[in-house]
Amino acid sequence: MTWSSIIIAGIITYFTRMTMVALVDRDLLGERIKAVLAYVPSAVFPAIIFPGIFINDYGTFIEMNDPKIFGAIIAILVGYFSNNVIATILSGLFSYWIIIFLL
Amino acid sequence: MFTKKQLLTKGLLSVAPHMFSVIPFGIVCGAIGIELGFSPILVYAMSIIIFGGASQIVFLQLLSGGASAVIAITSVGVINSRHLLYGAVLSEYLEKLSFIKKLLISYLVVDQGFAESNKFFKKNKNEPYLHYHLLGSGGTLWIFWQLSTLSGIIVGSFVPEELGLKFAVPLTFIAIVVQDLKKLDHVIVMITCGLSSLLFFDAPFKSYIIISPIIALFVAALVLRLKK
Repeated sequence: MTWSSIIIAGIITYFTRMTMVALVDRDLLGERIKAVLAYVPSAVFPAIIFPGIFINDYGTFIEMNDPKIFGAIIAILVGYFSNNVIATILSGLFSYWIIIFLL
Repeated sequence: MFTKKQLLTKGLLSVAPHMFSVIPFGIVCGAIGIELGFSPILVYAMSIIIFGGASQIVFLQLLSGGASAVIAITSVGVINSRHLLYGAVLSEYLEKLSFIKKLLISYLVVDQGFAESNKFFKKNKNEPYLHYHLLGSGGTLWIFWQLSTLSGIIVGSFVPEELGLKFAVPLTFIAIVVQDLKKLDHVIVMITCGLSSLLFFDAPFKSYIIISPIIALFVAALVLRLKK
């Protein structure tokens, strides 16, 4: 039962990856849509970022003084000025750990 | 012009920094599966069959919480529907590939690989072997996802939950979009998406993950119209 569910979920997931690449002819998309698609990263990733920061494991909003907010702000500043992925991730994690373990 | 090997290497290197988030998240993912009481083989098989971090966790959490298989499968489909948007963007660069190659490379379309390869594609539109970059980025992510979920399954309970390793996930995506904060139109689109995701967080089947991008893309269309 669980196995067949995993396989169905896997096939559906594969279709989400493959449909637009292999099945849909790009000429079907108008110029307007193609221009809008340039915003896909900015339109998708905040839906992973915001809940990852502001909502906890139990599905409720965190307090405004939560260390994750501080960690995210540090990561944004470091990322903005360094343009370095490793520095962004580690600065966010370490500033978060400093608050939860040392303060 | 780059050779195939150079593009493969560039793809690999472009996602390498993201391993600081992929590996901890993979370990957490494997560990959660075991913790919820599923068999190690089953938890690991998901990394190959589904190959999508967040959706794998949600799937197991729903099943262990007593939800029906239909609900678990639907949630996976909804969470992963964002790949449709990645595919729509990438199709421009993969157009010339044969159908079989398109079918094969699609399996490797994942968040960070899409993000980094897309950045490269935009600057190098006329390279003949562009798909090797995606092969390098997606392939690297695949290998490390397998290794890290496997380690999570094995070492599982040794990873202290207090570390909050899941926090590495939003950080890795901050690193991807942070430079676009320099452009006002992108900032508007990002804030729209972010606020929508909080607003719709409780919508069924985790659908906030596709509802908010759709809202944000409508706003992007409006912004484009105003810019003209």
